[in-house]
Amino acid sequence: MLYDIFIDPFVQMYQMPDFFLQVLWEGFVAGILYALIALGFVLIFKASGVFNFAQGIMVVFAALTLVGLHENGVPAFLALILTIAVMGVLAYGVERVVMRPLVNQPDIILLMATIGLTYFLVGFGEFVFGGEPKRMITEELGLPTGSTAFEMGERGLVILQHIDIAAAVIAVIMVTALGIFFNKTRIGRALRAVADDHQAALSVGISLNQIWAIVWFAAGLVALATGIMWGARSDVSFALEIVAFKALPVLILGGFTSIPGAIVGGLIIGFGEKIGELYWGGLVGGGIESWLAYIIALVFLLFRPQGLFGERIIERI
Amino acid sequence: MFYREAGQFKTSYKSDQALFPILQDRIGMIAILLIAFVLVPAFANDFFLTSIMIPFLVFSLAAIGLNVLTGYCGQLSLGTGAFMGVGAYAAYKLTSIFPDANVIVMVLVSGVFSAAIGAVFGLPSLRIKGLYLAVTTLAAQFFLEWCFIRIPWLYNYNASGAIEVPHREMLGVVITGAEATPIARYFAVLSITALIAYLMANVLRGRFGRSWMMIRDMDIAAELMGIRPLRTKLMAFAVSSYICGVAGAMMVFFWLSAAEPSSFNIRLSFQILFMVILGGLGSLGGAFMGAAFIWILPVFLKFIPGIMGFNVAAETVQHATFMIVGALIIFFLIAEPHGFARLWQIAKQKLRVWPFPY
Repeated sequence: MLYDIFIDPFVQMYQMPDFFLQVLWEGFVAGILYALIALGFVLIFKASGVFNFAQGIMVVFAALTLVGLHENGVPAFLALILTIAVMGVLAYGVERVVMRPLVNQPDIILLMATIGLTYFLVGFGEFVFGGEPKRMITEELGLPTGSTAFEMGERGLVILQHIDIAAAVIAVIMVTALGIFFNKTRIGRALRAVADDHQAALSVGISLNQIWAIVWFAAGLVALATGIMWGARSDVSFALEIVAFKALPVLILGGFTSIPGAIVGGLIIGFGEKIGELYWGGLVGGGIESWLAYIIALVFLLFRPQGLFGERIIERI
Repeated sequence: MFYREAGQFKTSYKSDQALFPILQDRIGMIAILLIAFVLVPAFANDFFLTSIMIPFLVFSLAAIGLNVLTGYCGQLSLGTGAFMGVGAYAAYKLTSIFPDANVIVMVLVSGVFSAAIGAVFGLPSLRIKGLYLAVTTLAAQFFLEWCFIRIPWLYNYNASGAIEVPHREMLGVVITGAEATPIARYFAVLSITALIAYLMANVLRGRFGRSWMMIRDMDIAAELMGIRPLRTKLMAFAVSSYICGVAGAMMVFFWLSAAEPSSFNIRLSFQILFMVILGGLGSLGGAFMGAAFIWILPVFLKFIPGIMGFNVAAETVQHATFMIVGALIIFFLIAEPHGFARLWQIAKQKLRVWPFPY
């Protein structure tokens, strides 16, 4: 038993390096996609202190809108632009209808409001586009498909899906763009001001409503990108919702307010989950992927309650 | 006019500490109990009992359980569904190990297992707070759900992987299993719910309830005043999980009669959380009102198109229900973030000063 836990997995890793590399790559890709979802959470949390539970459903909704529009005869790129517009309308609507009347309510009420939004979007998405799984329009958008196999001498080969490479590249581009946006532009500075203190930001003439709409829109764009990437790996359906729950441990690992935290957390969870499942999962009957991420995050939190890059909260009486 | 306590003087400590010190409240309570115990069973048909009243009472009890933790102790939890599952599986195992024992007792005992597991998952609450804690309770949700699937011992190595409630009698009346009449099940559920609600009303006014509220309002200040945070929080987790476990056992034994692991998924946790929030955090009456709203509204919505003469596909109705429930949740959060219990309070206050506005 002890041998199976502590020695055998490492022996396997050494004996089959191709399999191990493949697992690492899978973990990397999953991690990137978790990180992208977490990024949407972080954006909204940073700028408004709202824990946006609906981010996962926004991912599904964006992908579903894109595919649904294409199915109804809209050309792929026009559908993409229309989906971006839809996310913009959604952002404005959420700001206007949900967030503005709930300013200054406790965290839990805001969280519940976003869960209510989740229910609404699930119903709305299925109502408009139907509930059955759909195929993502990968080729039509000009994204690469197919795969490449890398030989590793006589020790086997590693297969990389092109779409995964594209996902990684797009993730890097997106994080860089968001970084520049947050640090160099006027709106980015306003965003950081709002994150620091709502009232102080208001008093120097920053429009809170505008900032929130922008942030929700940015989160919507991140959701769309994630939806395309994730949809290309599996079908587009509301089962993707589960993926959103994976982003939560990523968040608490990285800290709610840190963009680098979301990336690092995503990678840790991605690697940890795949390696754990494939090398140790069999010992307890498999399927441990569903909770391993949470246990990793939980154990980690016991040592650092504010997450990797989170801000330490100083409490006063 | 009708609700005015002027002239009702308390002249003894006993009357000062009564659960319902105001005469009108006592009358109202007795009326509600009479309706629940006499009128409903006398006039309701089977459909009303099995698809409205029994689930409503079960969910009310679960909402009371979560309210203890979230409303009174301030610890947000998203793992309610899993703790209900622990209760259900524990009751199932207990009644198959001790087939002769009284099934009501088994249901009540099963909560103990749920309480123990709840306390274990409550351990991180000492270091982790707020939203971070909510995510860690999701760990409990997913881990326990996985256990229900992967540990065959829990469902007696059934081929189906589901638990099926066996035939059990009490005082010669069948109360669980397929042959049990809705009335018998209704009485079982109602009695347990009423008993636990009564006990909790007293616990919450007492020493434990007050220390939970201190932790909720400001944990550091409470600690400085001599409340031990770990013990108090774990107590809240244990009591909350006990009640949720009993509710879960009732859900399977008296309502569904069979359950799969997916019955206790995260949807259920959210449903209970909605009941607590909409009903009002930190209110027992609110738990009942929230449960009524969240459970009865979708049932009601399902029949509206039929009544109005539209012929709509079942799927469309389901999607529309999702949308309407989501929108109503947001609406109620905006209109009254403190829940129905607060509306009820406002109504009572208005009655007190009626016919004057202030």
